[in-house]
Amino acid sequence: MVGGRKTSDSLKVGALVRFENVGLRYGMGPEVLKDVTFGIEPNSFQFLTGPSGAGKTTLMRLLFLSLKPTRGLITLFGRDVSSLDPDEVAVLRRRIGIVFQDFRLLDHLTTYENVALPLRVLGKEETSYRAEVTELMHWVGLGDRMNVLPPVLSGGEKQRAAIARALIGRPEFLLADEPTGNVDPTLARRLLRLFVELNKSGTSVLLATHDIALMDQFDARRLVIADGRLYVYE
Amino acid sequence: MNSLPTAEKEAKAPPAPPRKKASRKAQGSIVPRATVAGRALVAVVAIMTFLASLTLGTVLAVRATADMWRSDVAREVTIQIRAGDPAAVDAQVKAATDIAQGTPGIAEVHVLSQDETGRLLEPWLGTGLDFSDLPVPRIIVLRLDPSQTPDLARLRRTLTDRIPTASLDDHRSWSRRLGSMAEGVMATGIGLLVLVAIATVLSVVFATRAAVATNRTIVEVLHFVGARDGFIAAQFQRHFLKIGAQGGLLGGLSACAVFLAIASLPRLGFGGDPENPSILTWLYPGLLGFAGIAVLVLLVAGVTALTSRMTVYRTLRTIQ
Repeated sequence: MVGGRKTSDSLKVGALVRFENVGLRYGMGPEVLKDVTFGIEPNSFQFLTGPSGAGKTTLMRLLFLSLKPTRGLITLFGRDVSSLDPDEVAVLRRRIGIVFQDFRLLDHLTTYENVALPLRVLGKEETSYRAEVTELMHWVGLGDRMNVLPPVLSGGEKQRAAIARALIGRPEFLLADEPTGNVDPTLARRLLRLFVELNKSGTSVLLATHDIALMDQFDARRLVIADGRLYVYE
Repeated sequence: MNSLPTAEKEAKAPPAPPRKKASRKAQGSIVPRATVAGRALVAVVAIMTFLASLTLGTVLAVRATADMWRSDVAREVTIQIRAGDPAAVDAQVKAATDIAQGTPGIAEVHVLSQDETGRLLEPWLGTGLDFSDLPVPRIIVLRLDPSQTPDLARLRRTLTDRIPTASLDDHRSWSRRLGSMAEGVMATGIGLLVLVAIATVLSVVFATRAAVATNRTIVEVLHFVGARDGFIAAQFQRHFLKIGAQGGLLGGLSACAVFLAIASLPRLGFGGDPENPSILTWLYPGLLGFAGIAVLVLLVAGVTALTSRMTVYRTLRTIQ
């Protein structure tokens, strides 16, 4: 691992994501993110790490358009996010898969319905995606848990259901916020292998974690946030 | 898609309930159906619809009854001959009868006998009185021909010119009072309907806000998986349309049941003489009233759905 740097040369034309001198503050408070500049390339894999409270979650929220920066420029799939209307935000989000640390599965829907949700919101007929969802659920090892409600699932199964939901729309960019935070080390390794597999199939992956041991298992670019500043280790 | 190397099943996972083949039933509603807030709102909408339906039915019943009374009153006019010398009065009655019979538009002329007059006065004077000692005026009842409009002003002039003790009463003041009473009831009813409508809309607004707040996680997840605001609003709208329809039907049917129960009282032996009803047996809104209640139920369901849609849109603006 080489020394970290605050990069601007990591910005390349054609990047999925570009942050240029992005700053963010909540209300009148201090800046949580300061002059963040980086890019994410197609088919790339990177870890996002840093101590608790350093701004990882805030950066993730900026990436999935849940927040707008107070300064700087964010470009997502070539679009300046500051000029997007709510419908355009929805369309861009369909190109991003998100896995939350707390899964965010809907407890009143079955696992199958949760995984199929991104296709359902597109207004597709259930018959048109049933085979695809079933195949993906078998792929993540939930083939026999399709009609089970999430409260019955184990932590690992919930995580895999959340990942399947993030993947069903074939996203170009997958964001995972502490996806191994709620599972044991063995399952964490399995999940990491799953993300690596996805990356090999062409999806860019950003995996936020504070688990150094997990990051050491796979040699990938690291984005480190400390005191609101981002350092990139290629 | 290749089999995932990480897909080994976890031994600790609780066993799944036995599943048959993946035959899929209808998908679950994205907004959970049975919530406490939902049931409370059904009750609120039902009560509001019940009150609105009662108001509407009562207003229509009052209007129909007032119209009926007015048309009854308008079908008759009376000539009154003041009391005096019996022979002269008889001659005046005869003259007034002739004038009335010669007037176009008068279908029937009937001179009330002393017995009939006595029966009219019974509520005030009691029975067994000798009316020959009392200065009781003579009454001539004229039934009007519904197919022709008589010139009552001319008849009045002719009568007063030829018989100074005669007066014609066409019950206009009574009819006017009935009319203004019916209009007053209508205005009050419309005011009540507006208040009930406002209360219903406000209840739905607060309930929708509460439902969106309760289901905020669902809204956020829908946002993150790429749902447009219109899709999310439609989910809530569908949910609230069902609530509105349930509550509306419950309230509307209850009001119909009340009206039908009141209407059936005389058949069950309550309500006294049908000609002289002592309780609310006149309170029957008729087919128009029941149709109005049906429209009201549809309106309540529609307004509930529309209000929730607008509220969801407004609330979504606060959630990114």
